[in-house]
Amino acid sequence: MAKNPRKLFILLLILTLFALIVDLPEKFVLSVPWQGKTIQQKINPPSLDIQVGSLKIQKTFTTHLGLDLAGGTHIALEADMKDIPAGSRMDALESAKQVIERRVNFFGVSEPVVQSVKSADSYRVTIELPGVTDVEQALSLIGQTAKLEFREFTEKEKESTAAAFLFPTLENTKPAGLTGKDLKKASLSFSSQTGEPEVAISFSENGAKIFADVTKRLVGKPLAIFLDDMPLTWPRVNTEIIDGSAVITGSFKFDEAKRLALQLNAGALPVPVSVVEKRIVGATLGADSVSKSVRAGLIGLGIVALFMVLKYGWLGLYADFALFVYGLLTLALYRIIPITLTLPGIAGFILSIGMAVDSNILIFERFKEELRKGKPWQIAMELGFGKAWDSIRDANFTTIITSLILFNPGNWDFLPSSGLVRGFAATLFLGVVISLFTGIIVTRTFIRVLYKGPKGGGA
Amino acid sequence: MIRFSKYIWLYILLSSLVLVPGVYSLIRWGLRPSIDFTGGTFMEVRLEKPVAKDGIQSLGQKNAVDLIEINQTGKSDYSFRMKTTSESAVDAFEKDLKKEGGEKIDVLRKDAVGPVIGKELLGKAFIASLLVMCAILLYVAYAFKNITFGVSAVVALLHDMLIMFASFSLLGHFVGVEVDTLFVTAFLTTMSFSVHDTIVIFDRIREYRKKDTRTLLSNTSDVALTETMGRSLVNSFTIMFMLLSLALMGGTTVRWFAVALLIGTITGTYSSPFVATPILLLLDKWKRKK
Repeated sequence: MAKNPRKLFILLLILTLFALIVDLPEKFVLSVPWQGKTIQQKINPPSLDIQVGSLKIQKTFTTHLGLDLAGGTHIALEADMKDIPAGSRMDALESAKQVIERRVNFFGVSEPVVQSVKSADSYRVTIELPGVTDVEQALSLIGQTAKLEFREFTEKEKESTAAAFLFPTLENTKPAGLTGKDLKKASLSFSSQTGEPEVAISFSENGAKIFADVTKRLVGKPLAIFLDDMPLTWPRVNTEIIDGSAVITGSFKFDEAKRLALQLNAGALPVPVSVVEKRIVGATLGADSVSKSVRAGLIGLGIVALFMVLKYGWLGLYADFALFVYGLLTLALYRIIPITLTLPGIAGFILSIGMAVDSNILIFERFKEELRKGKPWQIAMELGFGKAWDSIRDANFTTIITSLILFNPGNWDFLPSSGLVRGFAATLFLGVVISLFTGIIVTRTFIRVLYKGPKGGGA
Repeated sequence: MIRFSKYIWLYILLSSLVLVPGVYSLIRWGLRPSIDFTGGTFMEVRLEKPVAKDGIQSLGQKNAVDLIEINQTGKSDYSFRMKTTSESAVDAFEKDLKKEGGEKIDVLRKDAVGPVIGKELLGKAFIASLLVMCAILLYVAYAFKNITFGVSAVVALLHDMLIMFASFSLLGHFVGVEVDTLFVTAFLTTMSFSVHDTIVIFDRIREYRKKDTRTLLSNTSDVALTETMGRSLVNSFTIMFMLLSLALMGGTTVRWFAVALLIGTITGTYSSPFVATPILLLLDKWKRKK
């Protein structure tokens, strides 16, 4: 790679161009005067719509702004608790909240906020969907009550020898006549034989009767449990069960079994919810505030760029160019992944700009030092890159560790899992990785290809 | 070369200038938590005719209802965010609104928001911070093959955290600035920045130690500080330019977030040569005596 900086240079230009295309402004009207007439061209970032066989790739490259920047939809749902005994209302609300949270996640909204709110006698779940304006679609998805259903494979599938390994879907199964209404309770328990975690379920009186029928019919065959039309688990029925209680075994981990029990309870406690309020939330910041902040950010960036040129001359200009590439790449990745941009995310972005500039400053300072020692500039430059690398590596590595801990990829309970901290961690992580790339590879390639050396020996 | 190691008393004095009043304020008055952490009331009303925001503000003051946010959501629709105030105060406020805004008042929404989410975030951010500190301690100790480097970096980090809390306690008491979830992020950002800067200096010291192990650490560190000072300042200036423009020209909600980040950047830059390095020297001296 180092052998042919020109080839790399061209590759980088292509990459920049690609990022530039992804970064095209949204719904921007370009007017070009042409021979007395004005040609108006609407510009939009490109969108992908590829269909390969049954695989459909659909993607539009737009910037996702969080509720705090762009506003979005705020929905408050009220749970109808009249059929729920007073003691277990909070549990029911919590279950409902979890089901809704899962559905919201399924809906693909990034950084949704689902909160349960109890005020006086009302039990509500509030949902914030950043950037979502199609309230009806969101509501139709969220508004349904959790649907737990037991299903068996259809006759055709049952006969096939592969039935035991089959993944149950809505198509290859049919209702077994048992739903969440018939379930009384699901809880975490441990096998008396192996000590492994399992999920114990018990049915209501009526449910127990149906369950006995179903299990009698399905001995030796799988019985699939669907939650919201998604297969949750499909244990094999070992014997007919008449007392209405059963255990679902499987090599569960403790957490998995706990979650399954919770999900089953969520399905088993379908609290009817109704929309009491829905509203498009104006950005907390206000559109005015956002544009002000963007302008301020651009001015700040301009000063930084100017500062670099004043301090390092041509080198500073290359660093600015690398910074420009950095900005384009970062924005492109925000759009591709996509990452929802919130205020904390912007903080992560600013910090990583600082670090991107820092890599260059470290290198240039080293370069100057080597020049002062009397080395020819080409060698001084390579030495500068080499010597600065240790500190760049260590400094950025600690930042990567920090961002990984904050991002909490393992979804551990004791670490933050809120969209806020995660948004920050994601932008910081991306920023550091991209800045390492632009601060070192891009700047170096630019200098190798374009730089003609300091005038009169001093930088 | 500047003999940085001769002026440790000056650094202690400088840090104390912020830390002594700050910590006093922190103990005496604490921080001003926002609705994010304390919970609060959100109310949305529809009045018959519009009322000026100033008028609403004074109605709030009259009834001891602490209004944080007043939004006009429609022609004569308003939403209010307030700190959890007594039910009766909110009711009185509502009655006064009714007088001002025509005969009818329609409460579209009135919720008490539980503080659970904020508390949860706070607890988890705290644990994450501890983990980050441990990870930094271990990594720096490993990268520099010396535990004292790791300890010094973390002490500087603690210094910066304390400075941030201290200054926001002062700001909270005298200017009424609240600590919200954004502050938590600014705080986490400072953690990253502080160590980033420290490592650059430590890297220089490491480099010279490799070449020459006999020179006193204080001499080595003086050389390292002299050489990295330019870069530290240049780098911090670039970040400060960004943040200053955000603090001065950005919208109102971003302002204190930018200020928090600015304080973090300044203390993060300051602590690397003037806290982390002196601590490193002290630890080194102490080790030698043993």
